[in-house]
Amino acid sequence: MQKRRGATQAEVAAASSLRSTMTSTPFSRARDHLGDAQLVELYRQMMLIRRFEEKCQEMYTRAKIGGFLHLYVGEEATGVGAISNLQPQDHIFTHYRDHGHAIARGLNIDELMAELFGKDTGTSHGMGGSMHFADITKNFWGGYAIVGSHLLLAAGVALACQMQKTNGVVMVFFGDGATNGGEFYESLNFAQLWKLPVVFVCENNLYAMGTPIEVHSSVKEIYRKASAFDMKAMRIDGNDLLTVREQVGEAVEYARSGQGPVLVEAMTYRFRGHSAQDTQKYRSKEDVEQHRSQDPVLIFRKELIDAGVSSAADIDALDAVIDEQVEASVRFADESAVPGNEWLTDSGIYAAPLATATVDPDLV
Amino acid sequence: MPVLTVREALQQALHEAMADERTFIIGEDIGHYGSTYGVTAGFLEKYGPERIRDAPIAEAGIVGLAIGAAMAGMRPIAEIMSVNFSLLAFDMIINHAAKIYSMFGGKFSVPLVMRTTNGWTQLSATHSQSFDSMFAHIPGLKVVAPATPADMKGMFRAAMADPDPVIFIEHTLMYGIKGEVPEGDYIVPIGKSVLAREGRHITVVTYSRMVHLSLQAADILAKEGIEVEIVDLRTLRPLDMSVALESFKKTNRAVVVTEDWQSYGTSAEIATRLYEHGFDYLDAPIQRVNFREVPMPYAKNLEQQVVVTTDRIVAAIKKVLNRS
Ligand SMILES: Cc1ncc(C[n+]2csc(CCOP(=O)(O)OP(=O)(O)O)c2C)c(N)n1
Ligand SMILES: [Mg+2]
Repeated sequence: MQKRRGATQAEVAAASSLRSTMTSTPFSRARDHLGDAQLVELYRQMMLIRRFEEKCQEMYTRAKIGGFLHLYVGEEATGVGAISNLQPQDHIFTHYRDHGHAIARGLNIDELMAELFGKDTGTSHGMGGSMHFADITKNFWGGYAIVGSHLLLAAGVALACQMQKTNGVVMVFFGDGATNGGEFYESLNFAQLWKLPVVFVCENNLYAMGTPIEVHSSVKEIYRKASAFDMKAMRIDGNDLLTVREQVGEAVEYARSGQGPVLVEAMTYRFRGHSAQDTQKYRSKEDVEQHRSQDPVLIFRKELIDAGVSSAADIDALDAVIDEQVEASVRFADESAVPGNEWLTDSGIYAAPLATATVDPDLV
Repeated sequence: MPVLTVREALQQALHEAMADERTFIIGEDIGHYGSTYGVTAGFLEKYGPERIRDAPIAEAGIVGLAIGAAMAGMRPIAEIMSVNFSLLAFDMIINHAAKIYSMFGGKFSVPLVMRTTNGWTQLSATHSQSFDSMFAHIPGLKVVAPATPADMKGMFRAAMADPDPVIFIEHTLMYGIKGEVPEGDYIVPIGKSVLAREGRHITVVTYSRMVHLSLQAADILAKEGIEVEIVDLRTLRPLDMSVALESFKKTNRAVVVTEDWQSYGTSAEIATRLYEHGFDYLDAPIQRVNFREVPMPYAKNLEQQVVVTTDRIVAAIKKVLNRS
């Protein structure tokens, strides 16, 4: 099997050649700007996602979690870096690979684990599962499982933000595979046409399920697809947390200023299968190992220690706290009650009471 | 009471809806063109392009953006020029509008009204369909198809007040139909059927434009001493069969008239419910009058044989009555 990593990194390097001429780095600039505590917080989010999902895999194997389970392992830097730019009045839409975005937005992991366990205390009362985390109190509108579809809903929320003058920005995550369907193109056209405040974040992990990007897309550099709409676009290294934060931050401010949407292509890689069932015949073990050796979470961990932002002992202690929180989420989910049968009646389907029942009372 | 056309009643309802700051209309050719069927004529001039949003020809986008805006606190009206084009938005309608409330545990809803039109006039196969049963099949949607100007106004009002997604089906051949329309605040609830005509010999269960054809059939039959009772369902989901069943228990005979294909169509559901709940009152098999099951032909002589006509309704009624 062909090795497939060099090309993308070269392109990323080219795309950020401007930055390399400066003496400061995304890390040093973020440290100046955010302070050490915030850098550690970003690390905490990435590691929480990592450990939460490793636990998910375990619980899936033990049949505590059903359905599809799409893990974000390896892609954490993209979600955490991008979402760290958002304000409370901003909005997020994402796809079925939604655990990372939910945790980065600060959703409660007890409720997330409960959702995975199909419990009433879950974020969606156990009605949505892994692919449909949501929390309206955080403007986290959910994971959506029909590839590409949610881009249009995101543009709709952006239209509402624009009309209501909330100054809010909508960030929407999707994969490389989602950029071939009509909904992607419709949403880009609407967003650019009406200058909607949307940041489209394409997580290009090189595969749509098991189909390599060379096989599924006529254009390999996804960000170039925006040029058909005269839309601002950028390709970034999605595995470097602070590069993501900085560059997506520019995109967010551009969208917020009313100049229109931005398409960000974040180059990343998923370490695990597409979903928990994936046998990964489409890529070699060596290829995966090569990427794993560049683990964005561990690299950032090392950067923090090397730069003296935090001591190894402090980070170890933080990791231990995270582990305990994840364990606690499992206990919470285990002990929670299952949702009631009211979800099988009209009241679970409609927000308003119905004049006539749709469910036949004589149904046996 | 003022007499208005269906078009005028809808215009009144839409102007009322626009009084809510959160409401905007998004659709193709609703503004600059002046509206395909004239319903939103003059709206762009009155409300401006922010709220009368001429959209690109992108049905998924029109419905998808409207869903998103509805979730985020707006009260949008999405207009799909013809129901035939709604197929391009089915993912948005079925996988999203209909699912979001329950799939996310009832935490937010989609207060969207999607207006669209059924109809045919020598437009051939892709422009003459009805997908009523496809919408009405879906838990999570509310589907209304009023027949009279008054119901158009009253049910549109109810649709706009509803926190759930409502598919509002109009009929291109009905815009000129006239009727009395109450002034001011007038709401007709979703999910309540009504008698359109009283009679004692047979029950016709129908909705939308077929109500008017059934009324014509009843006029013809009245001259022969046959008294036809007509039930206008008005809403397809949730389906209120109470009025139809009450009538059926009295007449013991029924014809179901719907302007869609018979197999798996709306008439299949309606007839089944009559059988399920009215079996003991049944004196003759129920007859159905529908589109003939072919893609709609262009040629007028053929088209006329596919669509439902008053003659076909009369014939079906006689057939049921002639069995004892
Ligand atoms: C419309 C639609 N078609 C197919 C699928 C099945 N499917 C789920 S994820 C996926 C691959 C998507 O790949 P990509 O967009 O690159 O996202 P990634 O999973 O790599 O993050 C496919 C084909 C689906 N859920 N929806
Ligand atoms: Mg992918």
